[in-house]
Amino acid sequence: MDLIHKKLIDQAGLLDIYEKVCDGARLSAEDGLRLYQCDELPILGFMANIVRERKCGDTTYYVRNQHINYTNICNKSCKFCSFYVKPKDERGYVLSPDQIAQRIRDYSDVPITEIHMVGGVNPKLAYEYYLDVLRAMKEARPEAKLKAFTMIEIAQIQRIAKKPLEQVFSDMKMAGLETIPGGGAEVFSDRVQGDLFWTKADSEEWLRIAIAAHQCGLPSNATMLYGHIENSEEKVYHLTRLREVQDETSGFLAYIPLSFHPERTEIEYLPVPTGCLDLKEIAIGRLMLDNFDHIKTFWIMNTIEISQMALWYGADDLDGTVMDYEITRLSFEETKQRLTQREFLNRIHEAGRVALERDSLYNVVNSPVLGSVIGG
Amino acid sequence: MIDDIAEKIYSGRRIDIKDAKRLYEHSNLAELGMLAHWVRQKLNPERVVTYNIGRNINYTNVCWVKCNFCAFYRKPGAEGGYVLSDEEICAKIEELIEFGGDQPKSCEILMQGGLNSKLRLDYYERIFSMIRKQYPQVQLHCLSATEIIYIAHLSQLSIEDTLGRLFSAGLDSIPGAGAEILVDRVRNVIGKGKDLTEEWLEVHRVAHRLGIPTTATMMYGHVESIEERIEHLVRIRDLQDECAGFRAFITWNFQPEHTELAVDLEHWDGTKTTGLDHLRTVAVSRLFLDNIDHLQASWVTQGPKIAQVSLRYGVDDFGSTMLEENVVSAAGTSHTDEMTLPEMERLILDAGFQPQRRDTQYRRVNTPSVEREGRVVALS
Repeated sequence: MDLIHKKLIDQAGLLDIYEKVCDGARLSAEDGLRLYQCDELPILGFMANIVRERKCGDTTYYVRNQHINYTNICNKSCKFCSFYVKPKDERGYVLSPDQIAQRIRDYSDVPITEIHMVGGVNPKLAYEYYLDVLRAMKEARPEAKLKAFTMIEIAQIQRIAKKPLEQVFSDMKMAGLETIPGGGAEVFSDRVQGDLFWTKADSEEWLRIAIAAHQCGLPSNATMLYGHIENSEEKVYHLTRLREVQDETSGFLAYIPLSFHPERTEIEYLPVPTGCLDLKEIAIGRLMLDNFDHIKTFWIMNTIEISQMALWYGADDLDGTVMDYEITRLSFEETKQRLTQREFLNRIHEAGRVALERDSLYNVVNSPVLGSVIGG
Repeated sequence: MIDDIAEKIYSGRRIDIKDAKRLYEHSNLAELGMLAHWVRQKLNPERVVTYNIGRNINYTNVCWVKCNFCAFYRKPGAEGGYVLSDEEICAKIEELIEFGGDQPKSCEILMQGGLNSKLRLDYYERIFSMIRKQYPQVQLHCLSATEIIYIAHLSQLSIEDTLGRLFSAGLDSIPGAGAEILVDRVRNVIGKGKDLTEEWLEVHRVAHRLGIPTTATMMYGHVESIEERIEHLVRIRDLQDECAGFRAFITWNFQPEHTELAVDLEHWDGTKTTGLDHLRTVAVSRLFLDNIDHLQASWVTQGPKIAQVSLRYGVDDFGSTMLEENVVSAAGTSHTDEMTLPEMERLILDAGFQPQRRDTQYRRVNTPSVEREGRVVALS
């Protein structure tokens, strides 16, 4: 234990937790609550960083990925969502397997290693559609790993497939699916669910599907949507449930706390989550989830300014460089993307970390193009 | 490892230039925040973050200096140049008082403008005494060192006499603007023709001697090196040791949009500095400037998220509500639209502090009930 800051940490009432962190001991739910109650943000970051460096050293991972949203039609009406439209709304769309393949081919000259695809819960789509989409994606870009469908979408897919989950996962793997994103977990709380997303799978359903996926050899991520109506007890419960499931399956790749964006949602009267809260969620996630290898700061939602700081608050992953809305489809320019990547890498470098490109499974990717712009 | 520096800080000893350099190079940002907060707590032990109700009044944008980092000025004779009329100035003050209430000297007017050869000492004396007479609620926190030097020059008076007369006319305190980086190499690149380091410092020295308090600022992130930022801090700390007249220190980064420097890639590397650099700079400033009581946030340039986090990096004051801000906004930064008084108070509470209104002299002021109704601070 580094003794120089002992007095300061003791003043904040966290000395016993600091000792546990230094010893690599697991924090209890009660410890988690005390961390949420603590305002001394840099102390939380300091402790989370001990765990981060123990697991990943200075490495900061990122991935070059492409995001696709195959449909915006959704029958769930979650109050915190600004993306969906209800079935029959004229703004609704569904991309065909061919259209999706075309979007992927549009970026064939960019060295993308992952395609991230999620969408609404659209009751009109047949089981074969999902498998066709996966097959078309794999054919369009065989070397990219396919990460698709949240647990919520999978619940819907299973419903229309009328097959056991294991069979659905097996079909999807055959069609090219390799990992599952972590979305749709929201907050594991009946109270929050009852208010914000009552039509959607509850927490135990989300976890049941995650466990099944892991057991079928499909690893996934895990998320938590914070900064709306949830309380600290609910967040600690969320984290401890994720930790229990991870003990069982070891199938979670990364934990990603997601900062709620109120604009254009039904609850847009709520304020935007603060910078302190964003960093606190990263730090507490890192401290509580001792059996997760990676904590990701999703910079699109956190802002790049906060995400860069998060590299000292427990995060070791900055997510992707290539976002579909960042590169406008109509006027794709190589230069713009290179600049964005350069900024991305400069940010990691400025934070005193070492950038490492990964694929969906955290295998290291050697990317000659990026290598040339690091520090450039 | 910075254990030796931490040891110095915890035992209340002063850090030196070498220490500051090492803190700048120390990558563990959380650790810097812990140390900076320690110093903040020693100087301001209460769990309170203060703020001030005020507005900027930019009485003229006409300026002959043409600083390449500025997007606000107009050359003399150029289209778009203005000098506010007395009526316009009074209307702005009344708008502020309506918002900030009636307590004496509780509403801060930050009056600054370009170097306009048409405006001499008598203009300022007249405006200040008019405001002083009509609006006892107002604290006149006006004119940068640069403007004062120019006014003295136009009126062929010494700095001391100029300040003395402005003070008699009603000037209460002087903002720290125009400091940029107090290193002549830098000043000659970004503001050629403007006051040099010694001249800027001399104005503040004289003001302090006359009992006029001031603040100190630093604008970083353009052509300066880290060593030059530290040299800036040294100059400020030395003068404070000598005169003890700086009430607060405020730092922000260069906002490039619409400025000449932004396209001058011979001098500027084209990269706007980051929030991480800001928090690092704030923390190092807090640790180095052990003789200045208050550090102000710069939410106008940093936005609400990083400005709030800075409250955990040594900042104890959220700054002014800035009912009006024109200079930074001219350079493309418009966080003013995002900030309301209730939002400011929410950010302070969320960071673990009690919000408390203060006046320019850091005396506590009650917040009138009208502000509690959620009125938007950034008036259009």
